Amino acid sequence: MQSFELLRAADPSAAIAAASRSATAQQGASVRFLAGGTTLVDLMKLGVEAPHLLVDINRLPLDGIGRAADGGLRIGATARNSDLAHDPIVKAEYAALSQAILSGASTQLRNAATTAGNLLQRTRCLYFRDTATPCNKREPGSGCSAIDGANRMLAILGTSEHCIASNPSDMAVAMLAYDAMVHIQGPQGERQVAIADFFLLPGDTPDRENVLQPGDLVTHVTLPPPEVGARAAYLKLRDRVSYEFALVSAAVSVTMAEGRMASVRFALGGVGTRPWRVPAAEASLIGQPPGEAAFRQAADLALAGARPQSQNGFKIELARRCLVHALNQVTR
Amino acid sequence: MSASHSAPTQASPMNVIGRPHPRVDGALKVTGAARYAGDHYLPGMLYAVPVGATIAKGSITAIDAGVAEQMPGVRAILRRGSFPPLGRAELDMSSADTTSILDEFRPPFDDDVVRYYGQYVALAVADSFEQAKAAADAVRVSYAVEIPDVDPALVAEKMTVKSERGDAEAGFAGAAVTIDQRYAMAPETHNPIETHATLAVWEGDALTLHETTQGVINHRNVVARMLGLPAEKVRVISRFLGSGFGNKLWPWTHSPLAAAAARTLGRPVKLVLSRAMTFQSVGHRPRIEQRIRLGATADGKLTSVRHDYVNATSILDSYEENCGEATPHMYSTPNLRVTAGIARRNIGTPTSMRGPGAVPGLYALESGMDELAVALGMDPVELRLRNEPSIDEGLGVPFSSRHFQECLRVGAERFGWSRRDPRVGAMTRDGLTLGWGVAACSWIAERFASNAAVDLRDDGTARVACAIQDIGTGTYTVMAQMVAERLGLPTDRIEVALGDTRLPAGPVSGGSMATASLVAPIHEAVAKAGAALIAAACAAKDGPFSGSRPEELDFVEGKITAKTGNRQAMGFDTVLKALGMPAISGSGSGTGTFMAPGKPTVSKHSFGAHFVEVTWQPETARLRVARTVSVIDAGRILNPLAARNQIEGSVVMGIGMALFEETHYDARNGAPVNASLADYVVATHADAPAMDVHFLEYPDTSLNALGARGVGEIGLAGTAAAITNAVYHATGVRVRELPLKLEHLMS
Repeated sequence: MQSFELLRAADPSAAIAAASRSATAQQGASVRFLAGGTTLVDLMKLGVEAPHLLVDINRLPLDGIGRAADGGLRIGATARNSDLAHDPIVKAEYAALSQAILSGASTQLRNAATTAGNLLQRTRCLYFRDTATPCNKREPGSGCSAIDGANRMLAILGTSEHCIASNPSDMAVAMLAYDAMVHIQGPQGERQVAIADFFLLPGDTPDRENVLQPGDLVTHVTLPPPEVGARAAYLKLRDRVSYEFALVSAAVSVTMAEGRMASVRFALGGVGTRPWRVPAAEASLIGQPPGEAAFRQAADLALAGARPQSQNGFKIELARRCLVHALNQVTR
Repeated sequence: MSASHSAPTQASPMNVIGRPHPRVDGALKVTGAARYAGDHYLPGMLYAVPVGATIAKGSITAIDAGVAEQMPGVRAILRRGSFPPLGRAELDMSSADTTSILDEFRPPFDDDVVRYYGQYVALAVADSFEQAKAAADAVRVSYAVEIPDVDPALVAEKMTVKSERGDAEAGFAGAAVTIDQRYAMAPETHNPIETHATLAVWEGDALTLHETTQGVINHRNVVARMLGLPAEKVRVISRFLGSGFGNKLWPWTHSPLAAAAARTLGRPVKLVLSRAMTFQSVGHRPRIEQRIRLGATADGKLTSVRHDYVNATSILDSYEENCGEATPHMYSTPNLRVTAGIARRNIGTPTSMRGPGAVPGLYALESGMDELAVALGMDPVELRLRNEPSIDEGLGVPFSSRHFQECLRVGAERFGWSRRDPRVGAMTRDGLTLGWGVAACSWIAERFASNAAVDLRDDGTARVACAIQDIGTGTYTVMAQMVAERLGLPTDRIEVALGDTRLPAGPVSGGSMATASLVAPIHEAVAKAGAALIAAACAAKDGPFSGSRPEELDFVEGKITAKTGNRQAMGFDTVLKALGMPAISGSGSGTGTFMAPGKPTVSKHSFGAHFVEVTWQPETARLRVARTVSVIDAGRILNPLAARNQIEGSVVMGIGMALFEETHYDARNGAPVNASLADYVVATHADAPAMDVHFLEYPDTSLNALGARGVGEIGLAGTAAAITNAVYHATGVRVRELPLKLEHLMS
């Protein structure tokens, strides 16, 4: 780890001013915000990230969780994952989000990790974390070691010839299903970005993972008001019972009217280079009675265009089963 | 979880042997007071961080340390030529000297050839750990790179016959039913929670190493040879270990490297390996490919057993995984042939990992037996019962004590095996498919030579000392129990000293042999201390036993008693006080049986049977081990609490072996790429099933007076096969490559 300075920001504008001096807010940023540190500090130890300045935002008033004016939910950027997962409103009205968070990491990590940190967590691709190997995400233009290497855990959707790294977040998958809005304060003021637009596909710039620009500080995330009568679940499939990233996962939320599905939301994790949602797949179920064949067809639409790598072809079928099972679970 | 005990238990004077006894070192560990090797800090101490090769094959053409050497706090970037070459100590398990063993012979910095990824090519030494790490990262090494060979397909240089009887080929050819299958398992990395650490301190020409070792005496002897010192100039201390599972049995190159750095720089040097380094340079269980051929009559009597296996080893060292250890004695068969071979790869030197040999070997044999049972249409418990040998047919000698059939019967009863529907996928519960599997286990029962000393003290306490180690298995506790029982004292009056070469020589903590090795020397040491006390009491001018003759007195349960008459017994503390002596000592020794020359007259093994239930949810490809029953025949159990803990831990490790653990070598650079506890998947607490552990407890006095054989590794043997056998029962899929992955089961 290289030496760095630590700045404890007094207010958001000071944090933003300090961070705006970085040439990028993406891979290799010279200034990084420090919240829970559960991803960043590890990457600094590994030499994957080497910021000169860390701006500690833990003392900024960004950790609240509460009802938004529109009846939705406002989640502070530094609210701890464990606080969010156990929040009574989240448990009652956004069950898939609570379940998603609790399915991830360990109790200790969730106690430290934050909303914004979870949104921005980096891939678990082995080669991204190993500075002795080429990686286009870590070092643009150096090549991708995963395509011909250990890729069982990696993405089958949204990949490019430059990068197949999967997004590891569980929380973001549920937030995507719930149409979360990411609120950003930057040098030019405040803006909000739908979570579906927040993450970028790798394309030929896998080092760029999201829309954040230098100085941009995620201040909070909002969720729209919950759908009345919705039943929701997060199903995560992995090798061991606990403390492992998803092979595949699905966040689902369905409302029923007269035996037919009235609204359907779902998003997939573990399969995409970003949390994966296909509106046409969701729409295919509207007005239909729940059933295996319809679910299976929706799953096919959701997985359309999937490109397996040498070791992860099973993820296509596993993701289908995951989604079908989760939809069965909430419509039974 | 539950555990239970069968009779016969033997009441001992203090009820301390054979009773569940909490760890005497438990409080020290849970409060953080126990200081492990890496917890020691000395004035002026420097920190060393190795630079590992980032190639697996080739040679070093240049090392540019210019930048690193100028970094703050950096004392030196050591490399080949920075200090006189270290000596070689080429003594493996087959050598006559069983107290100077190592697996990786090549001393660090011996030449410029790189033979595995992570091989140390330089060592950064600095005032702080962070400075040393930064400097190590800044060292630029140039290589002439060659393509490494980490090919998982193993072809042996040559096959060696390990055991043979009858005509295995003819027995197979003439069999009514045959099985011929291959079983492979991935390389596994031990991953004890405490990574390797060395703190090297020189005082003049004498060296002290605070070490993570399962054998202080062995470590001392090896390092002394490498540094060109007489053994008495080296002291090795290892009082607490965060386990080892075998990768701390023999010294690895970082330890003499730290010692050489400390000698070169004239300061204490601490070297703690990173988790990633422990995947590279401190051993692993190598990839193993096995072939099992079984022939049987239509009523399930084995007519032929063939077991051929090949393991990967490093370029320079010929580590052999002795997979056929249990095969010749497990079942009765007139015809048998076991052969072994090795295949060299650009990998770090493999080493013993919990249950070396028998654990992978029984995975293959017990999978084959299950396949044979299916082919015969016979219950797999019944098949094993039908092939019970009356003697060890491999050695041609009787077993010291074998109750394998009872393990099967008791286990079947506790598990509810009679309710098993043998049809694949036929059993369900709560919407889940159940699979029930069984497998046998066996593990060697031997003892090492050991010494021990006991001091009796006038405050009514005693001290027992031996240069053995407690690797987390309960050696502190069982030593206290052994002395307490002899002296009629509670264990809290016994001080236990271990893990220091200044104590009476003890063995490595390996092979589940520590307990069996300690009984004779400790009993003798207590008796000698008692005899010395009697002698002193008789010789005293005035005192309670003045004028008595030693042969008139006995030392029983810590008291001097008269052999005849009704004179009142007197405790050793009272006698010592009366004599004005603060303490009196005795020492004892015991011989070893492990690798002893000559043909053994009895076959000494522990046995057992594992029964496993898995649940399978096909629609989500979710497989879980739901419950296990393990019945273990390991002689008398001295501390059921610690013994049960050993078996439960082994079963959980067996779940990892069956379902999760795999060190993945990248074919391009030869690196073990999943070198972290996030990416190398081990079983977690949440994966632990409901475990029922039961000990049969037939004392086996062939090893020691207490009838204990020792327990630990046997719990891992057979577990993986019981799991994959259960998976077959649930799914109909026979997976012959570990770890089993859920994609293998998706149809």
